[in-house]
Amino acid sequence: MGLALRELRRRPSRFTVATIVLTFLTVLLLLLGGLLDGLFLGSTGAIRAQPADVIVYSSNARDSFLRSRIDDTLRATVESVDGVDTVGGVGVLLLGADPADGGDIVNVAVIGYEQPAVGVPEPAAPGSAWADDSLRDLGVRTGDTLLVGPARSPIEVAGFVTDTNFLQQSGLWVDLPTWRSTQNANRPDSFVTDDVVQVLAVRGSGDLAAAIDAATGGATSTLTRDEAVYALPGVTEQESTFNAIIYSTLLVVLAVVGLFFSLLTLERTALYGVLKAIGASTRRLFAGVVVQAVVVAVIAFIAGSVLALAAGAALPANVPLQLTVGRFLFTFVALVVAAVLGSAISLRRVTRIDPASAIGSAS
Amino acid sequence: MTEPTTAAPASTGAALEMHAVRKVYTSGDAEIVAVDHADLTVAQGEIVALLGPSGSGKTTLLSIAGGLLAPTSGTVVVGGVDISNHSPKELTEFRRTKVGFVFQSVNLVPFLTAEENLLVVNEMAGSKATMSRKAARTRAAELLGELGLAHRTGNLPGQLSGGERQRVAIGRALFNSPALVLFDEPTSALDTTIGAQVMDLIQHEMRSRGTAAVIVTHDTRMTHYADRTVTIVDGHLGADLAATGH
Repeated sequence: MGLALRELRRRPSRFTVATIVLTFLTVLLLLLGGLLDGLFLGSTGAIRAQPADVIVYSSNARDSFLRSRIDDTLRATVESVDGVDTVGGVGVLLLGADPADGGDIVNVAVIGYEQPAVGVPEPAAPGSAWADDSLRDLGVRTGDTLLVGPARSPIEVAGFVTDTNFLQQSGLWVDLPTWRSTQNANRPDSFVTDDVVQVLAVRGSGDLAAAIDAATGGATSTLTRDEAVYALPGVTEQESTFNAIIYSTLLVVLAVVGLFFSLLTLERTALYGVLKAIGASTRRLFAGVVVQAVVVAVIAFIAGSVLALAAGAALPANVPLQLTVGRFLFTFVALVVAAVLGSAISLRRVTRIDPASAIGSAS
Repeated sequence: MTEPTTAAPASTGAALEMHAVRKVYTSGDAEIVAVDHADLTVAQGEIVALLGPSGSGKTTLLSIAGGLLAPTSGTVVVGGVDISNHSPKELTEFRRTKVGFVFQSVNLVPFLTAEENLLVVNEMAGSKATMSRKAARTRAAELLGELGLAHRTGNLPGQLSGGERQRVAIGRALFNSPALVLFDEPTSALDTTIGAQVMDLIQHEMRSRGTAAVIVTHDTRMTHYADRTVTIVDGHLGADLAATGH
């Protein structure tokens, strides 16, 4: 290992090309992952924030918030199911909003709720909302009034909350009466009465989904919160598309490492022959190749991370890039694993080097 | 005329004993006999020149003696250890601890200093290293000093002359105090003057340590540095030409 590290230190130029290529691939992996995370988080915040084990939809809604309607009768049935602890009504309305003092129109999701959500306190006063941080990034401030929808329904911003958006639209968390009045003023074709919500966020124990759907006689379709996240339109498709690109890029990383260290091993055939002749084992030489591949990958990861963060800072706020700690960890582990697997391609070549090749042409 | 023999002079023990060693390569249906029933004994402290033309089998014989190649048949005993049936792993250990090699084209590790090229022998042993790092550095400094390279310890091979590089290679071969050092055409890459200096040094170092050596060469001018010369032609060991060491 000492030999491998000394070569890296004393002949860095030999590894420059591989490091640069891996650095750019790291930037690509982080930006792709960051966009995926940004799209995912921006689409699903409102559901992930729900204090719920399951989300109950009306069965005719095909697991869509916007199509679902649950009235008080159905809600009472759900509340009576064994194992159900808490039930909260939720409604969502997607509209554009104008800041009252002018400025560009912003897309908002008016989310009516009863129970405090994760990171969202009790509903603000009627006509007021907790606004998602993304609105602050767009210039909205506490105390501002947003005129929502074609009816220009006024909603005052009482404060800000984090990671609560719905389908890339900024969350405006209001009490249920404010949601209903906004819905009815702006979507008269989808009028909701005072006893109606779109879905129920239910917390409890046992097999809640099956129990609830059985109790309602099939009038409801109940999903776990994670299932509800992936039932949102486009989320699964986005994730599978981005992951396909990310894993393809990782294959390119593996190929780059494999090819580079194969060539390096080929170039070192004579040296490895000598080292084997004087008593170096194949295992030790191969470990040196792996160590070099991992060090190159780690350096590329550090450089790539800095570049990705710089790129992230330079991108406009409306690009849904979210560089999370988890994404950095995933990319780091994936790069190291690809480096180890890529360098493993050299194992056969290292194994086949005959120590006798060090002497004349005896082999 | 001297009576043909490949036996060593009487000694207290042999550094190398090869008996009925045969090495056969197959190429398609054909068999190529590289070494044929070779018997060679090298006493402790003895220097033997192995002289032969290209393709005579001298390199193959040297490789078998050093545990780089396994013989097709016959026995090879180095320092009292029969390596004829050693596994590749055992041969690796054997090469690291029991023999030293000096190669034709020097083959130092290009990115290691002269000192580190000696220490690499100890590093290759990993946890099986017989010397502590400190002891290994002391040993390397001693050897480089004896080889006239005390002022070159921190130089990379590229900063050394051909003769200096070969001296570092000799130091590497002697690092583990082996009973036997195998030289493969050690002066072929050097000019006549430097080559003679290196041979003087080899002779002096082997004599002063009582280390046996087999020097493969096709240059008859180098044979007078050896105690005796053994010829090899078409895989057959020939006569001991003379005890010519000076």
